[in-house]
Amino acid sequence: MLEIKNLHVKLEEEDKPILKGLDLKVGSGEVHAIMGPNGSGKSTLSYVLSGRDGYEVTDGAASLDGESLLEMEPEERAAAGLFLAFQYPVEIPGVGNMTFLRTALNAQRKARGETELSAGDFLKLVREKAKALKIDAEMLKRPVNVGFSGGEKKRNEILQMAMLEPRMCILDETDSGLDVDAMKLVADGVNALRSKDRSFLVITHYQRLLDHIVPDVVHIMAEGRIVKTGGPDLALEVEQNGYADILAGAN
Amino acid sequence: MRKDAGRDSTTAERLAALDLPTGGFTAPARAAALARFREMGLPGRRDEYWRFTDPAPLNATSAPEAALFTGLVEPQLFGERDRIVLTFVDGEFDPAQSSPNVAAEGLEISRLAEADRVDLHWAQGLYGVLEAAGQRPVPRPFAALNTAAASDGVLIRATGKVDRPVHLIYVHADTQSDAILHHCVRVEAGAELTVLETGPAAARFSKVMEVDVADGGRFHHIRAQGRDHSRRAITHIFARLGAEALFKSFTLTANGVLTRNEAVITLAGDGAVAHVAGAALGDGATGAFHHDDTVFVTHEAEGCESRQVFKKVLRNGAVGVFQGKILVRQGAQKTDGYQISQSLLLDEDSQFLAKPELEIYADDVKCSHGSTTGAIDETALFYLRSRGVPREEAQSLLVLSFLADAIAEIEDEGLQAEIVGRLENWLARRRKG
Repeated sequence: MLEIKNLHVKLEEEDKPILKGLDLKVGSGEVHAIMGPNGSGKSTLSYVLSGRDGYEVTDGAASLDGESLLEMEPEERAAAGLFLAFQYPVEIPGVGNMTFLRTALNAQRKARGETELSAGDFLKLVREKAKALKIDAEMLKRPVNVGFSGGEKKRNEILQMAMLEPRMCILDETDSGLDVDAMKLVADGVNALRSKDRSFLVITHYQRLLDHIVPDVVHIMAEGRIVKTGGPDLALEVEQNGYADILAGAN
Repeated sequence: MRKDAGRDSTTAERLAALDLPTGGFTAPARAAALARFREMGLPGRRDEYWRFTDPAPLNATSAPEAALFTGLVEPQLFGERDRIVLTFVDGEFDPAQSSPNVAAEGLEISRLAEADRVDLHWAQGLYGVLEAAGQRPVPRPFAALNTAAASDGVLIRATGKVDRPVHLIYVHADTQSDAILHHCVRVEAGAELTVLETGPAAARFSKVMEVDVADGGRFHHIRAQGRDHSRRAITHIFARLGAEALFKSFTLTANGVLTRNEAVITLAGDGAVAHVAGAALGDGATGAFHHDDTVFVTHEAEGCESRQVFKKVLRNGAVGVFQGKILVRQGAQKTDGYQISQSLLLDEDSQFLAKPELEIYADDVKCSHGSTTGAIDETALFYLRSRGVPREEAQSLLVLSFLADAIAEIEDEGLQAEIVGRLENWLARRRKG
């Protein structure tokens, strides 16, 4: 599914290397977690994969189902099946959540040569998906993320994921700013989307999200590289001993 | 304004080129306005309120030629609603394109050109009156000229809650037309009226609308100034609000080589509310664009609220101007005045010139003003694109997002949706190049 080889990335403006030879392979249907201390390059990885401006790939490759991602525009990556759930979902006043979802869904369908969804079919679909995430009709009508609580914003990200049905989902610190109940709701939403054709890369600082979204593989990232890979137990080890011990062991 | 010989001679030439009606009931008002105009003279770039906008095409003795916009046929804006239509083609009333019956419950409508054959009319206390009052402290010579020279217009009086909006349609059919219309609107105590205006009107269009809203009256105004690229327009709204009266005006301007929209609003009765808003979009690639909103709100009474919300989207050398003032007179305590003017520059060639002013003589007031110029928010653009929305379409959504606060000033959701629809089409046409 997702394959990253020897990825080197620097900040365009500061000439500062962030990713320094990162290798990662996520198979179809697998859930991988990336943990790591602040500044290890976790969020940069998510932005580079989804095509945000401001980063320069100096070496290496990244592909989705064998198709190289790095030359694609962000919207092309989305149409190819990549989705990034933002750590800080962006507020867009004056644009209704429904309009946003429908525009995005139909743009992707159009890019893939599929027919656009009619207003009626779209409405049916969005109501059904929203219900599962406890997103009420009022929230769908409001402008994108404006006045949403932290939990509502994250649920809205998962709703977009459910609507757009991507093959590769990246969750960037989805647990940040959530209380336990909100986190559980979000995790349930994610778990409902797990399937043999869909993979997840869950980026998190803390282990607690991984109690709810149980990963197949856990990677520890430091200094712009994956320094250790293991099973779900590795996350527990981080929780108990912190990163310092693991990083010391890895060196 | 400074007096000088050059100004006097252009003023005289401008007047000589006009066919001035003598008027019936408006005769005294027209004569007074003519004297006012002669005294003020035509404006020049050195005048304080014309520094950002060159009045030369408005000063010229004849209308500069303006090509007709024929490229696109869209359904008539607001055309699906039950409304009373009065159509003017290049400033001339066209009965064939107007409602045969303009009568409605609580509504009196007459045409200025017809009503002005007699010496008595309810509009006598209004025609040229608010315009004259609005000449201080800032002179508005084109408004005085309009009062003196208007060939026609509509006199509307609402005595109750009028369900059907009055829709003034302005058709531009002659590339050299020079139209001058003057409307009077009186909303009686407790009455409610909506006036819609659409279309470019003429090669050069001068329009004054005087609106008198009595105690507890409600007036809604939604205007779209057509899509003609080379038309020029100078418009004025003079409004006076009684106690607890409401005045809401929204203007959409897309295209137009020169537009100057002035609004002069006086909150004269306690608890009055006035909102004036505008959304302007200009793309220099399809013709020069210069749009000027000049607003003057005066708080004379206690506990009044005023809002000015003006947004401009500019690209390819388009120019936007905002001159907005809130004047709070002595004794106008508990005033709530708000003013925001913002521009979204889609490239580095475009320009936004803003002159916000506050002048306050009362001590218990809340007044704020802000003016910003910015580019598209890259984070929001990336967010939309990461969901699969192509760059150009994402940019359009963010333009709509930017304009949302101004559009939200339209109270009726249906009318709001129609304006948004026009904006979406305008943006979509530009995406196709």
